[in-house]
Amino acid sequence: MATTLADRAAQTGRAPRALRPDREVGGGRRIGSHVFLLLLVVYFVLPLWWLLVASTKSNSGLFVGDGGPLWFNSEFSLLDNLRGLGTHNGGIYWRWLGNSFLYAFAGGIGATVLSILAGYGFAKYRFRGRTFAFALLLGSVMVPLTALVIPTFVLLSKFDLVNTVWAVILPSLLSPLGVYLMRVYTQDAVPDEMLDAARVDGAGELRVFFQVALPLLRPAIVTVLLLTVVGTWNNFFLPLAMLQDPDLLPVTVGLNGWQALSNAGAGGEQVWNLITTGAFVSILPLIVAFLALQRYWQGGLSHGSVK
Amino acid sequence: MTTTTAAPVRPAPVRATRRRRTEIDSRRQRWGWLFVGPFAIVFATFLIAPLGYAFWMSLRLKTLATGERFVGLENYVKAFSDEIFLRGLLRVAGFAAVMVPVQILVALVAALVLDTLTTRLSKFSRLMIFVPYAVPAVIGALMWGFLYSPRFGPAADLFGLVGLDAPNFLAPGTVFGSLVNIVTWQWAGYYMIVIYAALRSVDPSIYEAARIDGATGRQIALRIKVPMISSSMVMVVVFSLIGTLQFFTEPQVLRSIAQGAIPVDYTPNMYAYSLAFSYSQFNYASTIAFALGVVVFIGSYLFLYLTRKQSGLK
Repeated sequence: MATTLADRAAQTGRAPRALRPDREVGGGRRIGSHVFLLLLVVYFVLPLWWLLVASTKSNSGLFVGDGGPLWFNSEFSLLDNLRGLGTHNGGIYWRWLGNSFLYAFAGGIGATVLSILAGYGFAKYRFRGRTFAFALLLGSVMVPLTALVIPTFVLLSKFDLVNTVWAVILPSLLSPLGVYLMRVYTQDAVPDEMLDAARVDGAGELRVFFQVALPLLRPAIVTVLLLTVVGTWNNFFLPLAMLQDPDLLPVTVGLNGWQALSNAGAGGEQVWNLITTGAFVSILPLIVAFLALQRYWQGGLSHGSVK
Repeated sequence: MTTTTAAPVRPAPVRATRRRRTEIDSRRQRWGWLFVGPFAIVFATFLIAPLGYAFWMSLRLKTLATGERFVGLENYVKAFSDEIFLRGLLRVAGFAAVMVPVQILVALVAALVLDTLTTRLSKFSRLMIFVPYAVPAVIGALMWGFLYSPRFGPAADLFGLVGLDAPNFLAPGTVFGSLVNIVTWQWAGYYMIVIYAALRSVDPSIYEAARIDGATGRQIALRIKVPMISSSMVMVVVFSLIGTLQFFTEPQVLRSIAQGAIPVDYTPNMYAYSLAFSYSQFNYASTIAFALGVVVFIGSYLFLYLTRKQSGLK
């Protein structure tokens, strides 16, 4: 074992620690693997490439451009399209984007805070009813959240809350999966001895939580935050059911409306270039966030499932 | 009687301190509820209450002649003999039968290949395969709608390269496959990351031992790696199953492009949506939603029960 590792370290010029024995296979298979991966990358990236290209085309250029569907036209209209987003329907697109941010962050941050607290409570205290409450929580992970939309709509309409921002934000605070992930992570990452040591030193329960436990939970917090923000940002059924006022829509529901109008055919309503540009602009923030935070979520996503 | 009342009065000194400690301890445990409390309130308000309310609504019927009245399970009898609902259920079951294996297979193979490589290209591929997860389902469906469309899409050009006519992706016969493709594109990367992370957490010395015993790369992948991560696989399948049975966004978005191929009641969720918001039949819509919820819950529970050995949940 030691010799093989040393040999391989010499071959690759890397430290033995970084090596995984199964990684060193014959050259032929690695070429095959890389070709396979490249094909997958083409499949997964091609639609996004198309969207990038399409966002630089004018409305007629989308149909009859000289670049074809997968390449830029000689006419470059991205800036015109962005300007168009600022004027069409009184610039409502940017409002939609702002709404999406509001819902995603209010819902996502709220759900994350609740998950951290509840996950810590479940992991570190043996209160009355804990087993039952946690079983209930586990069962609820399997309840399809879309089944709740219609009854939630009727309930909220009794309190005059439909067609307000609260109708989207409040139901988004619910994240049973977030609680489950936080509980599993807390159990592993926060040793009881550390909490007890802090208590012996006279720290109160809140102080123990904020100063001892919370700093240890950072990777899980980033993961749960990403999951909940993405969940709210991507949600379609809930805002579609809850909101009628065009000024309150998130960008997903708004663009879907433009697309339905454009397909319905009325000449002045056909804004294909604004749909493609709007779609492209709207996916940038999350893609950038994921690439920037990959260090955190790559490990965190699997955590609940390894257990 | 006297002994029981007398007992607490003269406890041994050791037990007294122990009791005081457990008292402090049990007082401390109450903090658990304070931490769980805020979530519990949201859970009760936005999960228990809507579920309970949906069930209550599903037991009632609102008609113009008699107003709202209690009808027992009548709505359920109607739902489970309602051809539209049953056709929708059958359709999402069909989607689950095709879409779940396709997604998981793509994700698993990609993760297994990535696990054997440490090149820069493999790191890049991992991110690129995952990127669609960051794209909202609506935008993904819109985009694929454009790509499928004979007017905008590259299909005609790509098929032209090999001298073929592009098929119509949005016809009634082909839209099933087109939807499977959209969902696979959207989710396979996410499942791949979960599976990949699970693979990385396996102790690699096991593979070394198998290799010394003469196992090939493929044998290691199928006989060692996959069984080692079976709990993650079960979890991924359950998520994908739950997601598929409540299919809504993609067909709803594609509907305006694929006119005629996707009826308004294509899936149970779409049916419930149109019952509620186009016909204001909230009682029957709640029945459909609740019935779907029960079907999904039973389906995923059954799957977890059947795979309890693999998942380690007992």
